[in-house]
Amino acid sequence: MKNFTNRYMLLYSLGLAAVVALLLTVVATGLKERQQNNIRNEKMQQLLATIGIDAPRDGVQPIYNQYFKEELNVAQDGQEPLTLYLYEKEGQSGYVIPTTGNGLWGKVYANVALADDLNTITGITFSHDSETPGLGAEITSDAFCNQFIGKQILDNSGNVVSVAVVKHADPSDPHQVDAISGGTMTSNGVSAMLLDELKRYQDYISSQRKEANNEQ
Amino acid sequence: MNSNRKKLITNPLGKNNPITVQVLGICSCLAVTAQLKPAVVMALSVTVVVALSNLIISLMRKSIPPRIRIIVQLVVVSALVILVNQVLMAFVYDVSKQLSVYVGLIITNCIVMGRLEAFAMTNKPWDSFLDGIGNGLGYGLILVILGFVRELFGRGTLWGYPVFEKLGLYNIGYENNGFIIMAPMALILVGIIIWIQRSHNKELQE
Repeated sequence: MKNFTNRYMLLYSLGLAAVVALLLTVVATGLKERQQNNIRNEKMQQLLATIGIDAPRDGVQPIYNQYFKEELNVAQDGQEPLTLYLYEKEGQSGYVIPTTGNGLWGKVYANVALADDLNTITGITFSHDSETPGLGAEITSDAFCNQFIGKQILDNSGNVVSVAVVKHADPSDPHQVDAISGGTMTSNGVSAMLLDELKRYQDYISSQRKEANNEQ
Repeated sequence: MNSNRKKLITNPLGKNNPITVQVLGICSCLAVTAQLKPAVVMALSVTVVVALSNLIISLMRKSIPPRIRIIVQLVVVSALVILVNQVLMAFVYDVSKQLSVYVGLIITNCIVMGRLEAFAMTNKPWDSFLDGIGNGLGYGLILVILGFVRELFGRGTLWGYPVFEKLGLYNIGYENNGFIIMAPMALILVGIIIWIQRSHNKELQE
Protein backbone atom coordinates (compact mmCIF):
# COMPACT_ATOMS: atom_id res chain seq x y z
CA MET A 1 0.00 0.00 0.00
CA LYS A 2 1.21 3.45 -0.88
CA ASN A 3 2.12 5.74 1.97
CA PHE A 4 0.31 9.05 2.05
CA THR A 5 1.74 11.95 3.99
CA ASN A 6 -0.38 13.99 6.39
CA ARG A 7 0.12 16.98 4.15
CA TYR A 8 -1.30 15.08 1.18
CA MET A 9 -4.33 13.93 3.18
CA LEU A 10 -5.05 17.42 4.41
CA LEU A 11 -4.79 18.94 0.95
CA TYR A 12 -6.78 16.07 -0.54
CA SER A 13 -9.71 16.58 1.82
CA LEU A 14 -9.63 20.34 1.41
CA GLY A 15 -9.49 19.96 -2.37
CA LEU A 16 -12.34 17.47 -2.43
CA ALA A 17 -14.50 19.63 -0.18
CA ALA A 18 -13.82 22.68 -2.34
CA VAL A 19 -14.64 20.87 -5.59
CA VAL A 20 -17.87 19.38 -4.20
CA ALA A 21 -18.94 22.67 -2.61
CA LEU A 22 -18.30 24.59 -5.82
CA LEU A 23 -20.14 22.04 -7.93
CA LEU A 24 -23.20 22.00 -5.68
CA THR A 25 -23.28 25.78 -5.39
CA VAL A 26 -23.11 26.27 -9.13
CA VAL A 27 -25.85 23.71 -9.76
CA ALA A 28 -28.08 24.99 -6.96
CA THR A 29 -27.88 28.67 -7.96
CA GLY A 30 -28.12 27.88 -11.66
CA LEU A 31 -31.32 25.90 -11.23
CA LYS A 32 -32.88 27.99 -8.50
CA GLU A 33 -35.26 29.96 -10.67
CA ARG A 34 -36.65 26.90 -12.41
CA GLN A 35 -37.09 25.13 -9.09
CA GLN A 36 -38.90 28.04 -7.50
CA ASN A 37 -41.16 28.31 -10.49
CA ASN A 38 -42.07 24.67 -10.06
CA ILE A 39 -42.71 25.17 -6.37
CA ARG A 40 -44.91 28.22 -6.95
CA ASN A 41 -46.94 26.44 -9.62
CA GLU A 42 -47.33 23.44 -7.37
CA LYS A 43 -48.65 25.58 -4.55
CA MET A 44 -51.32 26.98 -6.86
CA GLN A 45 -52.09 23.47 -8.07
CA GLN A 46 -52.56 22.29 -4.51
CA LEU A 47 -54.83 25.18 -3.60
CA LEU A 48 -56.91 24.33 -6.65
CA ALA A 49 -56.94 20.64 -5.73
CA THR A 50 -58.21 21.59 -2.28
CA ILE A 51 -61.38 22.95 -3.85
CA GLY A 52 -61.63 20.01 -6.25
CA ILE A 53 -60.11 21.47 -9.43
CA ASP A 54 -57.49 19.53 -11.38
CA ALA A 55 -55.04 21.80 -13.15
CA PRO A 56 -51.94 21.00 -15.21
CA ARG A 57 -48.68 22.34 -13.75
CA ASP A 58 -47.84 24.43 -16.81
CA GLY A 59 -50.48 27.05 -17.30
CA VAL A 60 -51.91 26.80 -13.80
CA GLN A 61 -51.81 30.58 -13.34
CA PRO A 62 -54.91 31.57 -15.39
CA ILE A 63 -57.00 28.76 -13.84
CA TYR A 64 -55.84 29.86 -10.40
CA ASN A 65 -56.83 33.47 -11.08
CA GLN A 66 -60.25 32.31 -12.18
CA TYR A 67 -61.09 30.64 -8.85
CA PHE A 68 -59.00 32.47 -6.28
CA LYS A 69 -59.98 36.11 -6.02
CA GLU A 70 -57.99 37.31 -3.08
CA GLU A 71 -55.30 36.45 -0.58
CA LEU A 72 -56.09 37.87 2.87
CA ASN A 73 -53.36 38.57 5.39
CA VAL A 74 -54.97 39.46 8.69
CA ALA A 75 -52.48 41.27 10.90
CA GLN A 76 -52.22 40.19 14.54
CA ASP A 77 -50.53 41.82 17.48
CA GLY A 78 -47.08 40.39 17.94
CA GLN A 79 -47.81 37.30 15.89
CA GLU A 80 -47.49 36.16 12.33
CA PRO A 81 -50.35 37.41 10.17
CA LEU A 82 -53.14 34.95 9.40
CA THR A 83 -53.30 33.91 5.76
CA LEU A 84 -56.59 33.04 4.08
CA TYR A 85 -57.25 32.43 0.39
CA LEU A 86 -60.71 33.44 -0.76
CA TYR A 87 -62.19 31.20 -3.44
CA GLU A 88 -65.34 31.17 -5.47
CA LYS A 89 -66.54 28.01 -7.19
CA GLU A 90 -69.89 27.53 -8.88
CA GLY A 91 -71.37 30.46 -6.99
CA GLN A 92 -70.15 29.13 -3.64
CA SER A 93 -67.51 31.16 -1.89
CA GLY A 94 -65.26 30.02 0.91
CA TYR A 95 -61.82 30.11 2.44
CA VAL A 96 -58.67 28.03 2.22
CA ILE A 97 -56.42 28.06 5.29
CA PRO A 98 -52.82 26.89 4.87
CA THR A 99 -51.30 25.03 7.86
CA THR A 100 -47.83 23.74 8.70
CA GLY A 101 -46.86 21.22 11.36
CA ASN A 102 -44.46 18.45 12.27
CA GLY A 103 -44.82 14.86 11.09
CA LEU A 104 -42.51 12.04 12.12
CA TRP A 105 -39.43 12.96 10.04
CA GLY A 106 -40.09 16.47 8.83
CA LYS A 107 -42.67 19.11 8.09
CA VAL A 108 -46.22 18.27 7.06
CA TYR A 109 -48.56 20.75 5.40
CA ALA A 110 -52.28 20.97 4.81
CA ASN A 111 -54.62 23.30 2.94
CA VAL A 112 -58.03 23.28 4.56
CA ALA A 113 -60.91 24.52 2.42
CA LEU A 114 -63.86 25.76 4.45
CA ALA A 115 -67.34 26.72 3.28
CA ASP A 116 -68.33 30.33 3.87
CA ASP A 117 -69.62 29.41 7.36
CA LEU A 118 -65.93 28.99 8.30
CA ASN A 119 -66.87 25.67 9.90
CA THR A 120 -67.59 22.90 7.40
CA ILE A 121 -64.61 21.39 5.59
CA THR A 122 -65.25 21.20 1.85
CA GLY A 123 -61.89 19.78 0.92
CA ILE A 124 -58.38 19.21 2.20
CA THR A 125 -54.99 18.41 0.72
CA PHE A 126 -51.85 17.30 2.51
CA SER A 127 -48.21 17.37 1.57
CA HIS A 128 -45.04 16.49 3.43
CA ASP A 129 -41.29 16.77 3.19
CA SER A 130 -40.08 13.34 4.23
CA GLU A 131 -42.70 11.00 5.70
CA THR A 132 -42.17 7.28 5.11
CA PRO A 133 -43.51 6.17 1.71
CA GLY A 134 -46.41 3.73 2.10
CA LEU A 135 -46.96 4.62 5.77
CA GLY A 136 -46.99 8.25 6.92
CA ALA A 137 -46.84 9.50 3.34
CA GLU A 138 -50.31 8.03 2.84
CA ILE A 139 -51.76 11.28 4.25
CA THR A 140 -51.67 12.58 0.67
CA SER A 141 -53.94 9.76 -0.59
CA ASP A 142 -57.51 10.50 -1.69
CA ALA A 143 -58.85 7.87 0.70
CA PHE A 144 -57.42 9.76 3.66
CA CYS A 145 -58.32 13.27 2.45
CA ASN A 146 -61.89 12.43 1.48
CA GLN A 147 -62.68 11.43 5.06
CA PHE A 148 -62.43 15.09 6.02
CA ILE A 149 -65.10 16.36 3.67
CA GLY A 150 -68.19 17.49 5.59
CA LYS A 151 -66.41 17.39 8.97
CA GLN A 152 -66.61 20.48 11.17
CA ILE A 153 -63.89 22.41 12.94
CA LEU A 154 -66.11 24.25 15.44
CA ASP A 155 -68.10 22.86 18.35
CA ASN A 156 -71.67 24.01 19.08
CA SER A 157 -70.56 27.12 20.92
CA GLY A 158 -68.25 28.20 18.11
CA ASN A 159 -64.91 27.18 19.62
CA VAL A 160 -62.27 25.69 17.35
CA VAL A 161 -61.93 21.98 18.24
CA SER A 162 -60.55 20.92 14.85
CA VAL A 163 -60.74 17.38 13.49
CA ALA A 164 -58.72 14.69 15.27
CA VAL A 165 -57.02 11.81 13.46
CA VAL A 166 -57.65 8.78 15.68
CA LYS A 167 -57.74 4.99 15.59
CA HIS A 168 -61.21 3.54 14.95
CA ALA A 169 -62.87 6.91 14.43
CA ASP A 170 -66.63 7.12 14.74
CA PRO A 171 -67.79 8.15 11.24
CA SER A 172 -70.78 10.02 12.64
CA ASP A 173 -68.58 12.22 14.85
CA PRO A 174 -67.98 15.49 12.96
CA HIS A 175 -64.60 15.97 14.67
CA GLN A 176 -62.91 12.62 13.97
CA VAL A 177 -61.35 10.78 11.05
CA ASP A 178 -59.54 7.43 10.85
CA ALA A 179 -55.75 7.38 11.26
CA ILE A 180 -53.34 5.53 8.96
CA SER A 181 -52.19 2.08 10.09
CA GLY A 182 -48.42 2.12 10.46
CA GLY A 183 -48.45 5.91 10.31
CA THR A 184 -49.39 6.71 13.89
CA MET A 185 -46.72 9.33 14.50
CA THR A 186 -47.58 11.16 11.28
CA SER A 187 -51.29 10.92 12.09
CA ASN A 188 -50.68 12.42 15.53
CA GLY A 189 -48.64 15.18 13.89
CA VAL A 190 -51.49 15.96 11.52
CA SER A 191 -53.97 16.12 14.43
CA ALA A 192 -51.74 18.49 16.37
CA MET A 193 -51.05 20.66 13.33
CA LEU A 194 -54.74 21.11 12.49
CA LEU A 195 -55.68 21.93 16.07
CA ASP A 196 -52.80 24.34 16.75
CA GLU A 197 -53.00 26.14 13.43
CA LEU A 198 -56.78 26.45 13.25
CA LYS A 199 -56.86 27.73 16.83
CA ARG A 200 -54.81 30.72 15.68
CA TYR A 201 -57.80 31.67 13.54
CA GLN A 202 -60.24 31.50 16.48
CA ASP A 203 -60.65 35.26 16.90
CA TYR A 204 -60.97 35.88 13.18
CA ILE A 205 -63.52 33.08 12.77
CA SER A 206 -65.58 34.26 15.76
CA SER A 207 -65.70 37.85 14.55
CA GLN A 208 -66.60 36.84 10.98
CA ARG A 209 -69.38 34.56 12.18
CA LYS A 210 -70.73 37.26 14.47
CA GLU A 211 -70.83 39.69 11.57
CA ALA A 212 -72.63 37.17 9.40
CA ASN A 213 -75.21 36.57 12.14
CA ASN A 214 -75.83 40.31 12.59
CA GLU A 215 -76.46 40.73 8.89
CA GLN A 216 -79.19 38.09 8.87
CA MET B 1 -19.18 -9.48 -22.17
CA ASN B 2 -17.06 -12.27 -20.74
CA SER B 3 -18.32 -14.66 -18.11
CA ASN B 4 -16.51 -13.00 -15.21
CA ARG B 5 -18.21 -9.74 -15.93
CA LYS B 6 -21.58 -11.40 -16.38
CA LYS B 7 -21.15 -12.85 -12.90
CA LEU B 8 -20.78 -9.33 -11.50
CA ILE B 9 -24.39 -8.78 -12.51
CA THR B 10 -25.87 -12.23 -11.83
CA ASN B 11 -24.17 -13.13 -8.53
CA PRO B 12 -25.87 -10.38 -6.48
CA LEU B 13 -29.24 -11.55 -7.75
CA GLY B 14 -28.74 -14.97 -6.17
CA LYS B 15 -25.94 -16.40 -4.09
CA ASN B 16 -24.34 -13.06 -3.24
CA ASN B 17 -27.52 -11.06 -2.75
CA PRO B 18 -26.86 -7.82 -0.85
CA ILE B 19 -29.85 -8.25 1.47
CA THR B 20 -30.17 -11.97 2.06
CA VAL B 21 -26.47 -12.93 1.95
CA GLN B 22 -24.41 -9.79 2.59
CA VAL B 23 -27.14 -8.52 4.97
CA LEU B 24 -26.74 -4.90 3.84
CA GLY B 25 -29.47 -2.29 3.41
CA ILE B 26 -31.92 -3.94 5.82
CA CYS B 27 -33.20 -0.68 7.35
CA SER B 28 -34.38 0.81 4.10
CA CYS B 29 -35.94 -2.47 3.03
CA LEU B 30 -38.14 -2.37 6.14
CA ALA B 31 -39.10 1.25 5.56
CA VAL B 32 -40.16 1.36 1.93
CA THR B 33 -41.74 -2.03 1.23
CA ALA B 34 -45.18 -1.48 2.75
CA GLN B 35 -46.31 -0.94 -0.85
CA LEU B 36 -45.05 -2.00 -4.24
CA LYS B 37 -44.63 1.41 -5.84
CA PRO B 38 -42.21 3.02 -3.35
CA ALA B 39 -40.28 -0.27 -3.32
CA VAL B 40 -39.74 -0.06 -7.08
CA VAL B 41 -38.81 3.65 -6.98
CA MET B 42 -36.31 2.97 -4.20
CA ALA B 43 -34.83 -0.01 -6.05
CA LEU B 44 -34.24 2.05 -9.20
CA SER B 45 -32.75 4.99 -7.29
CA VAL B 46 -30.35 2.79 -5.34
CA THR B 47 -29.26 1.00 -8.50
CA VAL B 48 -28.38 4.30 -10.18
CA VAL B 49 -26.57 5.63 -7.12
CA VAL B 50 -24.57 2.47 -6.39
CA ALA B 51 -23.50 2.14 -10.01
CA LEU B 52 -22.42 5.78 -10.39
CA SER B 53 -20.70 6.07 -7.02
CA ASN B 54 -18.88 2.78 -7.64
CA LEU B 55 -17.71 4.19 -10.96
CA ILE B 56 -16.52 7.50 -9.49
CA ILE B 57 -14.78 6.00 -6.48
CA SER B 58 -13.11 3.41 -8.68
CA LEU B 59 -11.74 6.20 -10.90
CA MET B 60 -10.40 7.99 -7.81
CA ARG B 61 -9.29 4.87 -5.94
CA LYS B 62 -5.52 5.26 -6.43
CA SER B 63 -5.50 8.81 -5.12
CA ILE B 64 -7.59 8.22 -2.00
CA PRO B 65 -5.52 7.98 1.20
CA PRO B 66 -6.75 4.82 3.02
CA ARG B 67 -7.01 6.57 6.37
CA ILE B 68 -9.66 9.00 5.19
CA ARG B 69 -11.31 6.79 2.58
CA ILE B 70 -14.67 6.41 4.38
CA ILE B 71 -15.28 10.12 4.62
CA VAL B 72 -14.20 10.59 1.00
CA GLN B 73 -16.70 7.93 -0.06
CA LEU B 74 -19.43 9.57 1.99
CA VAL B 75 -18.77 12.98 0.44
CA VAL B 76 -18.89 11.55 -3.07
CA VAL B 77 -22.13 9.65 -2.43
CA SER B 78 -23.92 12.57 -0.79
CA ALA B 79 -22.79 15.02 -3.45
CA LEU B 80 -24.00 12.66 -6.15
CA VAL B 81 -27.42 12.13 -4.59
CA ILE B 82 -27.96 15.84 -3.92
CA LEU B 83 -26.81 16.76 -7.42
CA VAL B 84 -29.21 14.33 -9.06
CA ASN B 85 -32.05 15.55 -6.84
CA GLN B 86 -31.36 19.20 -7.71
CA VAL B 87 -31.46 18.47 -11.42
CA LEU B 88 -34.68 16.48 -11.05
CA MET B 89 -36.26 19.31 -9.04
CA ALA B 90 -35.62 21.72 -11.87
CA PHE B 91 -36.57 19.59 -14.86
CA VAL B 92 -38.85 16.74 -13.74
CA TYR B 93 -40.43 18.08 -10.59
CA ASP B 94 -42.88 15.20 -10.15
CA VAL B 95 -40.14 12.58 -10.13
CA SER B 96 -38.16 14.61 -7.61
CA LYS B 97 -41.19 14.85 -5.33
CA GLN B 98 -41.41 11.07 -5.47
CA LEU B 99 -37.70 10.73 -4.72
CA SER B 100 -37.13 13.51 -2.21
CA VAL B 101 -38.14 11.35 0.73
CA TYR B 102 -35.71 8.66 -0.36
CA VAL B 103 -32.66 10.89 -0.62
CA GLY B 104 -31.71 10.48 3.03
CA LEU B 105 -32.40 6.78 2.87
CA ILE B 106 -30.18 6.35 -0.19
CA ILE B 107 -27.18 8.23 1.23
CA THR B 108 -27.23 6.18 4.41
CA ASN B 109 -27.94 2.87 2.67
CA CYS B 110 -25.25 0.41 3.76
CA ILE B 111 -25.20 -1.18 0.30
CA VAL B 112 -23.66 1.94 -1.22
CA MET B 113 -20.82 2.20 1.30
CA GLY B 114 -20.53 -1.59 1.49
CA ARG B 115 -19.92 -1.98 -2.23
CA LEU B 116 -17.53 0.98 -2.33
CA GLU B 117 -15.45 -0.59 0.42
CA ALA B 118 -15.65 -4.18 -0.77
CA PHE B 119 -15.35 -3.65 -4.50
CA ALA B 120 -14.81 -0.22 -5.99
CA MET B 121 -11.71 0.56 -3.89
CA THR B 122 -9.81 -2.36 -5.44
CA ASN B 123 -11.33 -2.85 -8.89
CA LYS B 124 -11.37 -1.20 -12.30
CA PRO B 125 -14.06 1.40 -13.16
CA TRP B 126 -16.10 -0.65 -15.65
CA ASP B 127 -16.17 -3.72 -13.38
CA SER B 128 -17.18 -1.52 -10.46
CA PHE B 129 -19.98 0.00 -12.49
CA LEU B 130 -21.33 -3.46 -13.33
CA ASP B 131 -20.99 -4.55 -9.71
CA GLY B 132 -23.09 -1.54 -8.74
CA ILE B 133 -25.79 -2.39 -11.27
CA GLY B 134 -25.84 -6.03 -10.11
CA ASN B 135 -26.10 -5.18 -6.43
CA GLY B 136 -28.74 -2.56 -7.05
CA LEU B 137 -30.82 -5.10 -8.94
CA GLY B 138 -30.27 -7.78 -6.29
CA TYR B 139 -31.45 -5.34 -3.66
CA GLY B 140 -34.40 -4.36 -5.87
CA LEU B 141 -35.42 -7.98 -6.36
CA ILE B 142 -35.90 -8.51 -2.62
CA LEU B 143 -37.63 -5.14 -2.26
CA VAL B 144 -40.13 -6.00 -4.97
CA ILE B 145 -40.88 -9.42 -3.43
CA LEU B 146 -41.46 -7.80 -0.03
CA GLY B 147 -43.51 -4.95 -1.49
CA PHE B 148 -45.66 -7.42 -3.42
CA VAL B 149 -46.42 -9.63 -0.41
CA ARG B 150 -46.91 -6.78 2.05
CA GLU B 151 -49.16 -4.65 -0.14
CA LEU B 152 -51.25 -7.63 -1.30
CA PHE B 153 -51.89 -9.14 2.13
CA GLY B 154 -51.65 -5.95 4.16
CA ARG B 155 -53.92 -3.78 2.04
CA GLY B 156 -55.43 -6.09 -0.53
CA THR B 157 -54.08 -3.92 -3.34
CA LEU B 158 -51.24 -4.08 -5.88
CA TRP B 159 -49.73 -0.83 -7.20
CA GLY B 160 -52.82 0.80 -5.71
CA TYR B 161 -55.25 -1.45 -7.63
CA PRO B 162 -57.77 -3.12 -5.28
CA VAL B 163 -57.16 -6.77 -6.22
CA PHE B 164 -58.94 -8.46 -3.32
CA GLU B 165 -61.92 -6.14 -3.54
CA LYS B 166 -62.38 -7.00 -7.23
CA LEU B 167 -62.08 -10.70 -6.44
CA GLY B 168 -64.86 -10.27 -3.87
CA LEU B 169 -62.79 -11.69 -1.00
CA TYR B 170 -64.17 -9.19 1.50
CA ASN B 171 -67.71 -10.38 0.88
CA ILE B 172 -66.81 -13.88 2.09
CA GLY B 173 -65.29 -12.57 5.32
CA TYR B 174 -61.63 -11.94 4.40
CA GLU B 175 -59.89 -9.16 6.30
CA ASN B 176 -56.61 -7.39 5.57
CA ASN B 177 -53.76 -8.32 7.88
CA GLY B 178 -52.72 -5.00 9.40
CA PHE B 179 -49.68 -6.55 11.07
CA ILE B 180 -48.01 -7.17 7.72
CA ILE B 181 -47.81 -3.39 7.12
CA MET B 182 -45.65 -2.97 10.24
CA ALA B 183 -41.86 -3.02 9.98
CA PRO B 184 -41.32 -6.22 12.05
CA MET B 185 -43.24 -8.24 9.48
CA ALA B 186 -40.80 -7.13 6.76
CA LEU B 187 -37.98 -8.49 8.89
CA ILE B 188 -39.80 -11.80 9.34
CA LEU B 189 -40.40 -12.01 5.59
CA VAL B 190 -36.71 -11.34 4.90
CA GLY B 191 -35.93 -14.15 7.34
CA ILE B 192 -38.23 -16.50 5.46
CA ILE B 193 -36.60 -15.58 2.13
CA ILE B 194 -33.13 -16.22 3.62
CA TRP B 195 -34.33 -19.57 4.97
CA ILE B 196 -35.73 -20.67 1.59
CA GLN B 197 -32.59 -19.50 -0.21
CA ARG B 198 -30.24 -21.33 2.15
CA SER B 199 -32.19 -24.55 2.13
CA HIS B 200 -31.88 -24.62 -1.68
CA ASN B 201 -28.26 -23.52 -1.91
CA LYS B 202 -25.78 -25.76 -0.11
CA GLU B 203 -22.91 -23.27 -0.63
CA LEU B 204 -24.56 -20.76 1.66
CA GLN B 205 -25.03 -23.16 4.56
CA GLU B 206 -22.61 -22.71 7.40
